Amino acid sequence: MNRDDITHLAALARIRLTDAELEQYQADLPAIVDYVSAVEGITEDIVSEPNPGVRPNIFKDDEVTNQPNQFSEDIIQQMPHADGRFLSVKKILQTKD
Amino acid sequence: MNTLSTLRAQFLAGEYTPEQAVQATLDTIKTSDGDINAFLEVYEDAIEEAKLATTQYAKEGEQAPKLLGMPIAVKNNILVKGRKATGASKILEHYTAVYDATIVKRLKEAGAIIVGATNMDEFAMGGSTENSAFGVTKNPLDTKRVPGGSSGGSAAAVAMNAVPAAIGTDTGGSVRQPAAFCGLVGFKPTYGAVSRYGLMAMGSSLDQAGPLTNSVADAELLHEVMAGVDEMDGTTIDTDTYPEVPTKETYTFGVPRAFLKEGTDPDVLKAFEKHIAELKSQGHSVVDIELPLFEKGLAAYYIVMPAEVSSNLARYDGIRYGHSAEGDNLLDVYEKSRAEGFGPEVKRRILLGTHVLSSGYYDAYYTKAQLVRKQMRAELAEQFKQVDVILTPTTPTPAFKIGEQKNPLAMYSQDIFTVPVNLTGVPALTFPMGTVKRDDTMLPVGVQYIAPHGGDARLFDLGKKIYDERQ
Repeated sequence: MNRDDITHLAALARIRLTDAELEQYQADLPAIVDYVSAVEGITEDIVSEPNPGVRPNIFKDDEVTNQPNQFSEDIIQQMPHADGRFLSVKKILQTKD
Repeated sequence: MNTLSTLRAQFLAGEYTPEQAVQATLDTIKTSDGDINAFLEVYEDAIEEAKLATTQYAKEGEQAPKLLGMPIAVKNNILVKGRKATGASKILEHYTAVYDATIVKRLKEAGAIIVGATNMDEFAMGGSTENSAFGVTKNPLDTKRVPGGSSGGSAAAVAMNAVPAAIGTDTGGSVRQPAAFCGLVGFKPTYGAVSRYGLMAMGSSLDQAGPLTNSVADAELLHEVMAGVDEMDGTTIDTDTYPEVPTKETYTFGVPRAFLKEGTDPDVLKAFEKHIAELKSQGHSVVDIELPLFEKGLAAYYIVMPAEVSSNLARYDGIRYGHSAEGDNLLDVYEKSRAEGFGPEVKRRILLGTHVLSSGYYDAYYTKAQLVRKQMRAELAEQFKQVDVILTPTTPTPAFKIGEQKNPLAMYSQDIFTVPVNLTGVPALTFPMGTVKRDDTMLPVGVQYIAPHGGDARLFDLGKKIYDERQ
């Protein structure tokens, strides 16, 4: 795992790392990845049925259970950039000008 | 030592009132918490609720709700409506909960008074509370040492006698390890026994909320109030989801000897052997068992958990709530908000989770870890045909010193005995099994009892017989 790999992971994770952080994670992530590789040798050989603790998907009716606007004010109040009842965000696409 | 049952008796007899109890809580916090830092926020207005509870006892007596007037502290990754819910993270420093978590709602309905929010490792990631964005919590039994984590503030709040009980969350040992480090009872329910609605998700397939208390009976009481089906959490289980796990007069305990050898402190092992001898003298039988896959548990956990962390924490992006950095465009806002808002351990786990889920590595790590998990469940089910309860120390060492564990991997190894429980979804109880001497201080060490799925009541039955009765 080299510096470019860590930079790539940070980009995927949407976290901007400082040089010091890059250095730190480059120093400690490989040992952790190496440790968790202990799962590699596992194969499909032991499986008992039924397997307790595994439960099927649970579905519920697709219906609105809140009152209209029950939480809206509280939620809007905590938006970093609220504009009336809208949430304002930075533009996504860069234009050439 | 304060327990909920003694408080209840005093409240009913009129010898002591909820108002006095909550005032005592606020006073203890004032005198001790400047040093300990167990609380992120103290709800001074709780005294008003306590006055009402005092009147209600006078009116209702025995009919009063069972937790009426009990001061309880809650870990700050659990939502309490109208209060700050920070997860001990800068990214949520100014966030206020807009609803009550189901467990908080149930505690309030039972009359409990929520007196404050406790410190923790940021987003519950850590085993020492050193990862809080708002300063470390000290262990009240030895302030040079950590209280454990991630529910370290909850453990310290009880250990410093500010509250008789506190609520924590346990993803890989975060209730049990701090309980063990602070000499308390801690309980991790069967996965699904308690609703996760209103808990900040860390590892959704692992997280459960549980009590930290001074007695097993208190842990049982709080668990019973919090547990049960919740339509807001589809993974909650009903009483008939699993086959009945009966209580017995005497039990057969299984000890996974080979698993205990690696890295366990000799003094902890000595206390553990003494506990085994006590069990035998009380008529229980103790046999050796093998759980070879449990040795891979920690590796599987540090794949599954970061994978879920990287997905769950994607929601903190600086857009809808929480810390938002100024940026030139949307991506810039995401990257800067997360860079400024998250601490080093949270970033480490998000990066690790992103790595194990990335294409090319997914099968080698995530798929394999899920297979380990499935086979651990099978291995455990096989052992539970011969034994009633599995026994391990809760942690391999007693509480370590603040700043002592610098290597993340060494810190993770603290979780060796607790993570298999979360990976398989079974319940586990910890309580003090003895003490070990470090620098002239006697430090508590915990024993962990593990039962089959749905065996929560068996653990309480045993814990009350073995721990509560000798107090």
